[in-house]
Amino acid sequence: MTGTALPTINPATGCVDAPVLRERGQREVFCGLTGIVWLHRKMQDAFFLVVGSRTCAHLIQSAAGVMIFAEPRFATAILGDRDLAGMADCNEELDRVVRELLARRPDISTLFLVGSCPSEVIKLDLGRAAERLGGEYAGRVRILNYSGSGIETTFTQGEDACLKALVPVLPEAPATQESVLVCGTLADVVEDQFGRLFAELGIPVQFFPPRRATQLPSIGSGTKLLLAQPFLNETTRALQSCGATLLAAPYPLGVEGTTAWLRAAAEAFGIAPERFASAIAAPAQRARTAVARYRSTLEGKRLFFFPDSQLEIPLARFLARELGVELLEVGTPYLDRALVAAELPLVPATQLAEGQDVEKQLDRCLAARPDLTICGLGLANPLEAEGLRTKWSIELVFSPIQGFDQAGDLAELFARPLQRIARLKV
Amino acid sequence: MQLTLWTYEGPPHVGAMRVATSMEGVHYVLHAPQGDTYADLLFTMIERRSARPPVTYTTFQARDLGGDTANLVVTAVRDAYERFKPRALLVGESCTAELIQDQAGALAMGMQLPIPVVPLELPSYSKKENWGASETFYHLVRTLVGSTARPRPDRGDRRPRVNLLGATALGFRCRDDVREVRELLRTIGVDVHVVAPLDATPETLATLTDADANVVLYGEIGYTTAAWLQRVHQMPMVRTVPIGVGATRDFLTEVGTVLGIDVRAALESPAARLPWYSRSVDSTYLTGKRVFVFGDATHAIAAARIARDELGFEVVGLGTYSREMAREVREAAQQYGLEALICDDYLAVEEAITAAAPELVLGTQMERHIAKRLHIPCAVISGPFHVQDVPARYSPQMGWEGANVIFDAWVHPLMMGLEEHLITMFSEDFEFGEAGSHLGARGGHVSSSSVEGATAVLDAPAPIATVTVAADPSVPVWTAEGEKELKKIPFFVRKKARANTERFAAERGITPIDVTTLYEAKAHYGK
Repeated sequence: MTGTALPTINPATGCVDAPVLRERGQREVFCGLTGIVWLHRKMQDAFFLVVGSRTCAHLIQSAAGVMIFAEPRFATAILGDRDLAGMADCNEELDRVVRELLARRPDISTLFLVGSCPSEVIKLDLGRAAERLGGEYAGRVRILNYSGSGIETTFTQGEDACLKALVPVLPEAPATQESVLVCGTLADVVEDQFGRLFAELGIPVQFFPPRRATQLPSIGSGTKLLLAQPFLNETTRALQSCGATLLAAPYPLGVEGTTAWLRAAAEAFGIAPERFASAIAAPAQRARTAVARYRSTLEGKRLFFFPDSQLEIPLARFLARELGVELLEVGTPYLDRALVAAELPLVPATQLAEGQDVEKQLDRCLAARPDLTICGLGLANPLEAEGLRTKWSIELVFSPIQGFDQAGDLAELFARPLQRIARLKV
Repeated sequence: MQLTLWTYEGPPHVGAMRVATSMEGVHYVLHAPQGDTYADLLFTMIERRSARPPVTYTTFQARDLGGDTANLVVTAVRDAYERFKPRALLVGESCTAELIQDQAGALAMGMQLPIPVVPLELPSYSKKENWGASETFYHLVRTLVGSTARPRPDRGDRRPRVNLLGATALGFRCRDDVREVRELLRTIGVDVHVVAPLDATPETLATLTDADANVVLYGEIGYTTAAWLQRVHQMPMVRTVPIGVGATRDFLTEVGTVLGIDVRAALESPAARLPWYSRSVDSTYLTGKRVFVFGDATHAIAAARIARDELGFEVVGLGTYSREMAREVREAAQQYGLEALICDDYLAVEEAITAAAPELVLGTQMERHIAKRLHIPCAVISGPFHVQDVPARYSPQMGWEGANVIFDAWVHPLMMGLEEHLITMFSEDFEFGEAGSHLGARGGHVSSSSVEGATAVLDAPAPIATVTVAADPSVPVWTAEGEKELKKIPFFVRKKARANTERFAAERGITPIDVTTLYEAKAHYGK
């Protein structure tokens, strides 16, 4: 891999015109509430209060896998019979719960009221509640709302809804102030690496979401939007309506994706190609070396993606082009062509699937007998028991995988199940 | 509306899933929005099940609301029936579907499927997981057994046989408990007829009344069904849960009484090592250790009895999140001179544990975290639990072997007696670091939470002191000599010594605390 050029791709081909199988049936995916698990860790002065049912509370603690904190920065205001029967005024009850919570946690600067399936169905207006409570806590706590309900959002769309809710409170940047806004949650370590690269390129950069909800990036007509995650459709539109320009780029996964992603920013800022090449030379070379280590394990292996995080298409591109895997089916919960416009031409033609009918998809998967199946936690052990190797997709959302210095780690995540099975003699 | 950080139980439809997943030949169609499939991973990940739970979700979305969500139910039921060919079908709703009132159960009933269809109405906004499992099991049994009481033929020469009720998927050590109880019953000549819900089928459930009695292993899930079988089908019920040596003897005695057989020869077993381990001298250090017990009612009640009567601990707290069995836990708590903590608020449990300042916490996965934060050793005795509490090895809680397992599991987080003795002996040797114990190496290979617990005592203020600071502006003040003397006390009892001394000083208005106060408090409390 080292030093070799990537296969050239005709932009008109790839997966741009690939047939898309659209299915409707049982979906084996998380709802948007799950995003709270990483969002609350990113913004450490924010608190997420789900207004929902015991199911919502159970989902978040189960999705998190382990309960890491004795007192986490998220909670559920669980609706009870009294709330539904109208014996208690839901708005008064919510105000009471919020006061109780904020009295316990004076360190919280931003509170998100997060809508759920039940709160949507009973039409509890969390927007008004946020306004009402925002007035009461003005100057101390900012109160915002969004919906992470399963009837409206799939898994990572919860982050999209959360960030969109923050857009109206972003400070306005003067039109003359040009900067890159990297949009989408990144692990702090990745953010710091990108921060250093942008500094070396001389490009002013802001990150959204920020590490502290009080340190919001400013936005204006000089803002160049660079998406770090492929699921921010609504946030992108909201930022565009504030004057930001979207830079078309693949996502920063793997050497090629990270290079093209950074280059999009460099070109927008008129950075000389030589300067760009010299800034990324060392980390890109490190990344090529790190990725190459896993090529022999993954080359020629047949992969099958179940829909999960919307990261599937960029991941498939990375795996196909930098590790030489064969793609059997790439499922994604939503195929947002605008957001993956720079990715689709790079993905070798394969079966794309949007939405899900999990039983039919399992039939296809079992018939194809892929070497590696990327799927959710509910399906992984059952598929392993059928003799298939799997990679849990949720790890791809929780782990630092973007950028040059994580490219090898990302490859390793896919190689590990194959290397593991090769070791086992039982 | 209730502010909740962590929840001990899931919603009631997860209880129904546990029943469906326990059995073979049963399928559950759940009217639910996208996202509720998260519950699958509880089974496939925590319990490492190799098959998906037999559950079909209708997965309705916002755009379906007001449209044809009812039709989604019909389609899902038909598809599930054709694909999985179940021999009994459960149909129910999750919390959101309950609000849109499609009457999923009634719709399925109207489809004239050639198998028993059991509609489930599990109110999500007032009930919880264990209740949901209990109710599901009860309705399934009612449907499959029927309510027509038949005369119960005399047993004749046939060996007596019982059903074991209440074990489920995602139940704490259920798989191993069933094996242990089966073996226990074999020693008194009693056969196991049907185990349910775990490993049962619609066909075996239909024969429940062919047994002579029902043994309720987990009251939270099995009692309602056993009570119905007793009322309608005159089947006697055994309620003693054989967790602990004493309870195992009581259980055998009760089975003997119910079935009219002599069990006296079985009441002592060489397999029961707990009694000797507890009498052996190394165990003297267990005497009077303060333990806080919290869990489901079945395990909490059993744990308190073992703690006091079989290990010689002092029970300083007893509670449960199982509101359905609050009465039983309250009665048990009275025997320890305690008021039971009936509560599903994690923060309130944490507060109660902090206030009781125990030396060992016996709880659930939640209490493991509380104990970790408070630097107190902990053993898990009840669900909810995590993947590490589903061991590969045989580790029942019930029967003789269960008592052995419990002895090991509870004593392991504490310091061993001989070791405690040696540490006291060498504590002033300059080469003997306080990290010299097997529990002492910070970041060592022992992963139990007690590792941090034991060593952190060195640096961290005792939790009770923290509480005092928070609740009372008069922060206890120690003289330098007093602090120095305190440090000479072995670290594993230092926390307690500090707490006792500060309490002693506060009650008498002594400040600052000096060497004399320390020894006066020691004399006052007797240790």
